[in-house]
Amino acid sequence: MLYEQIQSNKRRTIVLLVGFFILVAIVGAAVGYLLLGSLELGIIAAIVIGVIYTLIMISNSTSVVMAMNHGTEIKNADEEPELWHTVEDMSMVAQVPMPRVFIIQDDSPNAFATGNSPKNSAVAATTGLLKIMNRHELEGVIGHEISHIRNYDIRISTIALALTAAISLLVNLGSNWWFWGSGTNRRDNRESGSNGAQIFLLIFSIIIMVLAPLVATVVQLAISRNREYLADAGSVELTRNPEELISALSKLGSAKPMENVDPSSASLYISNPLKQKKHLFDTHPPIEERIARLQKM
Amino acid sequence: MAIIIIIAVVAVIAIIWVAVYNGLVKSRMLTQEAWSQIDVQLKRRNDLIPNLVNTVKGYADFEKSTLQAVTDARASVNNAQGPAATMAASDQLTGALSHLFAVAEAYPDLKASTSFNKLQEELTNTENKIAYSRQLFNTTTASYNTKLQSFPSNIIAGIHHFEPSEFIVVPENEKEVPTVKF
Repeated sequence: MLYEQIQSNKRRTIVLLVGFFILVAIVGAAVGYLLLGSLELGIIAAIVIGVIYTLIMISNSTSVVMAMNHGTEIKNADEEPELWHTVEDMSMVAQVPMPRVFIIQDDSPNAFATGNSPKNSAVAATTGLLKIMNRHELEGVIGHEISHIRNYDIRISTIALALTAAISLLVNLGSNWWFWGSGTNRRDNRESGSNGAQIFLLIFSIIIMVLAPLVATVVQLAISRNREYLADAGSVELTRNPEELISALSKLGSAKPMENVDPSSASLYISNPLKQKKHLFDTHPPIEERIARLQKM
Repeated sequence: MAIIIIIAVVAVIAIIWVAVYNGLVKSRMLTQEAWSQIDVQLKRRNDLIPNLVNTVKGYADFEKSTLQAVTDARASVNNAQGPAATMAASDQLTGALSHLFAVAEAYPDLKASTSFNKLQEELTNTENKIAYSRQLFNTTTASYNTKLQSFPSNIIAGIHHFEPSEFIVVPENEKEVPTVKF
């Protein structure tokens, strides 16, 4: 079951990567048409940007994600003994290498894991989490994060994060087209005629630019929602105690939103740090549903 | 033609044989690694205990019998032979330690001391690691023993004399809360 989960995650990483790159290329075509009057140039530029973003993320995801979320690394057990020791325990039982450990200064309790493979991963916890959780609850939360690492969820969510960021960069570029004067006008001067096709392409480009960020977000979120149940189950497998995680989740559910969170990283956290109430854009299944599933174990 | 087929069949069997054998060796090594994890933690706990006893002794009226129980249990962990006996002694020590920490609740000065708090965190950490490495040992033992019994690895295991590994049983009384007498 676990092994199959890891295999299917590795396969899905490829599907996701291809699908996301097609989306990036379409957005590139739209932006290229609006800015440069050329679909092909846009596609090439977009793919280059997408590849660069992905490579940066894959080679250096931990530092980038931690900087985006204002995490500071702790290097030894003395700084936060309970957190450090819990991470050590959970990674030992899960048989993954010890991840790097980060602290985020925020009173709202939350935690996440990131990285590109179990060998190169990190766990972050907020100061609020350390304050309100007892040791057993902390084990439940860290067990959930270590499960994300063991299941290779972190790699998928990291790539999804990079490509969503690339799409939003392209759309930002494209939305300036009326300031810079559009490439389509220049082309109009060169060759008149085929007006219908040009208007169609223009409208098509604008629609793409409006929809693409939404599509990217929905895909990114759908990917993350499913994985939360699996990571909850994985945590219980490690701690052998569903009560720990149930009690931790109910504390997380009633907590206030985080103050300074990067919205594109929201799907990484164990409980939605933004606490908004829109179901299509939920990064996480409802806490009550997660607790109900744990109680059945 | 027949010779080629025979060579091919022999080669396939040899490859499977080597793969299964290596799998068994790796599996056995994982159980041994898991045991050495436990062993490291047991040693670490035994190293921490003299510090704890010295810290607590400073509080003159601390129960002598509680300290003695911890010291005795520590010695028996040191002297125990083999996994089963070692773990039984270790469980005794776990009990004695949790009794000591329960008694310590009644000493506000002791509880306020930084060195005591640090030792308590260190020991809690070590106790947790013992529990988790024991869980890991049992998981690796289960998968190793399954290989010894399932086809075709059981044939290869039989020929090369792989011995099954024994589980470490979790004692029933471990979950009990220690009683505190004043």
